[in-house]
Amino acid sequence: MTDSLRAETVRLTGHGDEEIEAYVAQPLDEGRFGSVVVIHHMPGWDEGMKEITRKFAAHGYLAVCPNLYSREAPGASPDDAAAVVRALGGVPDDRLVGDVQGAARYLTSLASSNGRVATIGYCSGGRQSFLAACSLPLDAAVDCYGAFVVGTPPEGYTLKVGPIVHLAKDLSCPLLGLFGADDQYPSPQHVAELEEALQQAGKTYEFHSYDGAGHAFFATDRPSYRPEAAKDGWQRIWEFFDRYLRS
Amino acid sequence: MCTYQTAKVALKGSGKGPAGWFPVSSATVYFDHPAHYSAEHSLNIDFLNLDGGALSRVAVELDPASARQLARTILETLEAAPQL
Repeated sequence: MTDSLRAETVRLTGHGDEEIEAYVAQPLDEGRFGSVVVIHHMPGWDEGMKEITRKFAAHGYLAVCPNLYSREAPGASPDDAAAVVRALGGVPDDRLVGDVQGAARYLTSLASSNGRVATIGYCSGGRQSFLAACSLPLDAAVDCYGAFVVGTPPEGYTLKVGPIVHLAKDLSCPLLGLFGADDQYPSPQHVAELEEALQQAGKTYEFHSYDGAGHAFFATDRPSYRPEAAKDGWQRIWEFFDRYLRS
Repeated sequence: MCTYQTAKVALKGSGKGPAGWFPVSSATVYFDHPAHYSAEHSLNIDFLNLDGGALSRVAVELDPASARQLARTILETLEAAPQL
């Protein structure tokens, strides 16, 4: 842990060479650090996501949380931006991959980078973390209760999101999955199906499902917060990143 | 759960947001995480004008019973209104 860090909003080049906002936090200690791209949840680029980004810096990682809604609602409050993006059908998968790639490139270009990169995402970001890890060369990825990696939303939904479990064969790195046993999206059956796909593809993964927890158990500002699950989940994340992101 | 359960309906009317009145062109109706209401899920409605940017938004987040009562009241009010 370090008390000395810097956090700020920057602009970086994302998908299609377009400039997007991003929140960057980095330790000010001497040394070289692994990088973490934090993929925000569907409610947007909000205070909770920025707090998590700072937490990674405090634990000795370069961290960036790109604003995936930069294009549709520049400068808007997180909930207004999320509403616009939801009405427009959500973030396209190819754009997400490009934005994560740009965010990773931003961190690895820093002099204090050790060249290793992970993604972590929450809620919709959990699915997107898996997607990024199946699309980009990464060193580690964490999926926190991402819905619709497995399973298809009913016909007629405004949000355009489809299952991506078939991409498991392309997973480029070890995957840590953290789930709530009481969650319905993803349900324990969805998690089991993803696990089976990873096993068949011969991938390295580590899954933990917490009894008494549902969706968004890491979110300290929501009634879904489950302190015991979150504490253990954070410990799993630190051990996982210590294994795969340190030099 | 993260439901993604979202429907969109075209509307005619006006709404008043942080920048004043604006023409409402659509509503997004979804049952998902609220931004402010203290519940894991709520029935959320965003009245929007997508041509007007992110500030052209009137938002409500309702508990399910309240949302059902609101829907019934809207229909009852329209039924009782003079036919024009």
